[in-house]
Amino acid sequence: MLPKKELTFLDSAKNRLRVRRYFYISLVILLVLDLFIPKHGHFAWENAPSFYAVYGFIACVSLIFVAKILRLLVKRKEDYYD
Amino acid sequence: MINGLPPAFIFLAGTVLVPLLKGRLQSAYLLTLPVVAGLDILLLPEGSSSATMFLDYTLIFCRVDRLSLAFGYVFVLITFIGMVYALHLKDNLQHMAALSYAGGALGVTFAGDLFTLYFFWEVMALASVVLILARRTHDARLAAYRYFMWHFFGGICLLAGIIMYTITRGTTAFDVIGLSDPASALIFIGFCLNAAVFPLHAWLPDAYPRATVTGAVFMSALTTKSAVYILARTFPGNDILLWAGAFMTCFPIFYAVIANDMRRVLAYSLINQVGFMLCGIGIGSPLAINGVVAHAFCHIIYKALLFMSTGAVLHMTGKIRATDLGGLYKTMPYTALCCIVGAASISAFPLFSGFVSKSLTVAAVAEAHQVVVWLMLLFASAGVFHHAGIKVPFFVFFGHDSGIRSKEPPLNMRIAMGMAAFICIFLGIYPAPLYAILPFPVQFSPYTPFHVLGMLQLLMFGALAFTMLVLSGYYPPELRAVNLDTDWFLRLPGRAFISFCHRPLQAARSSIEGWVRVIITGFKKLPALSVTVEKSLDWFFHTLLVALPDGILRVIRPLKTERDELAWSVMYILLPFIALIFAILFTFP
Repeated sequence: MLPKKELTFLDSAKNRLRVRRYFYISLVILLVLDLFIPKHGHFAWENAPSFYAVYGFIACVSLIFVAKILRLLVKRKEDYYD
Repeated sequence: MINGLPPAFIFLAGTVLVPLLKGRLQSAYLLTLPVVAGLDILLLPEGSSSATMFLDYTLIFCRVDRLSLAFGYVFVLITFIGMVYALHLKDNLQHMAALSYAGGALGVTFAGDLFTLYFFWEVMALASVVLILARRTHDARLAAYRYFMWHFFGGICLLAGIIMYTITRGTTAFDVIGLSDPASALIFIGFCLNAAVFPLHAWLPDAYPRATVTGAVFMSALTTKSAVYILARTFPGNDILLWAGAFMTCFPIFYAVIANDMRRVLAYSLINQVGFMLCGIGIGSPLAINGVVAHAFCHIIYKALLFMSTGAVLHMTGKIRATDLGGLYKTMPYTALCCIVGAASISAFPLFSGFVSKSLTVAAVAEAHQVVVWLMLLFASAGVFHHAGIKVPFFVFFGHDSGIRSKEPPLNMRIAMGMAAFICIFLGIYPAPLYAILPFPVQFSPYTPFHVLGMLQLLMFGALAFTMLVLSGYYPPELRAVNLDTDWFLRLPGRAFISFCHRPLQAARSSIEGWVRVIITGFKKLPALSVTVEKSLDWFFHTLLVALPDGILRVIRPLKTERDELAWSVMYILLPFIALIFAILFTFP
């Protein structure tokens, strides 16, 4: 059960790049597939090309920037309550 | 069998035997109890049974219908998995607390009247406090105290509401209540506190990261989800819940992004997931209620899986902060894999359990034409993938190499994680058994090409955003810090309130003592009299006057923590609450 050796797959920059490349390829495939499938969205905008991809991307970017602002407001030293 | 045996009793009575058993026998016993309770639930007759008269009220311990059964199944299932996960522990206190906690949750689930509900509600609160205390650190003890205060407040609201409700409506039925008068409002507040509705949520991210490794698994499963069950029964179709739920899906993800403690990230994402369920309750249609139950079922399993895998890391390395961890996949690949399965499930990746359950709720929201709520849920779906789906596995198991080379956790932990991971994948691929136990017939198929592709696009492009932000250095760095939440409003003014109470009392005491000293000096000329007077004064001030507070103190002394004021603050908080109860009782009828 326990591995005798460490896994070091992600240590090499080449492998990390390879993983990222497969990830980007899968994104392209998702965008291409979007053109061919039948759409039955409940709201009209759901049927716009790649609505979900655009929404997901924008949501996550705005999430991070809002979180950064939130951190400015609520961050305190670790011993704040002590 | 006409009268079913309430499954809660199996756990509560079974708890007593735990300290008498040792070693393998105890392990076997701990695993047998959930199995017996599970069989008992399968045998329970439909309808209300196991009723007892108490004073003028009927207490119903077994109200069995499809809604309570579904929650009963999953509570027993997670108790079994949690017990497997906790088997290595040599801590009877934790085992007993976990069993009574599960008993409380099942009692709430199968309760048929409000008094039975209240009783088991408080059993849950007490048992879960022990699971925080059992961490046995200074930090955990203080957190347990705060947790207890929150739930004490919720419990008092609930009890006051139930009493008022019983008087005005003349019924103790635990059924649709509907928000209409002060009584139902108090009940609503009590339930909402346990469901971690904003702004009553702060106890959750405060206490869960400080609970024991195994305790957090039970806590993540039982308290909030039993509140979801109760709200689904008592306040379906409530607009406040719809909007509160939608807000709850969104605001915690911002906190989760900047939280450093991994179990705190999970605690915030737990609030986010409960938000989805409350939205479903707010809609209240059969499809939505199905979504709530399905989501609660899947959520309990994958959230426990996430708490188990991060707990395994904490157990093995003693560290849980993102700033201390990273690169653990090298020596803990199995734990990493389980964590990824949990992360994929909570993110609702197709072929994982979250996908088949969250879709129901989201579809119900769309069907009700709640456009804004729908957009918020979609935002939250992308957001939950961002923090629970990517951040947790990435910063713990990948990311920068922390240099920690830890072994995999003990066998029982690995088995428990494996079971939960299996259920996540099984239900994701084959949701039919889950759909079969939902309260209403299901005509829904999550796997349409459009739906699968839409979800994949949403998630993968969210992941793209994460990748780009991390690579470009815009991602907020992990920092050791405290992030303020709504509990600030209680913690600092609360402290001020206690010292405010202390100061005048101290001043009064020292001035009285000063006067006493003056009088005694006067008496010095008559030694015999002065001795008598001094003794009686001493008795008056130090025995008679402090008899009541002293008596209360003696009772609550066992709660003693490292902070001496604890006993005092418990008393200060208890007295107004007791006064409140009496005020309600006297003014209301």
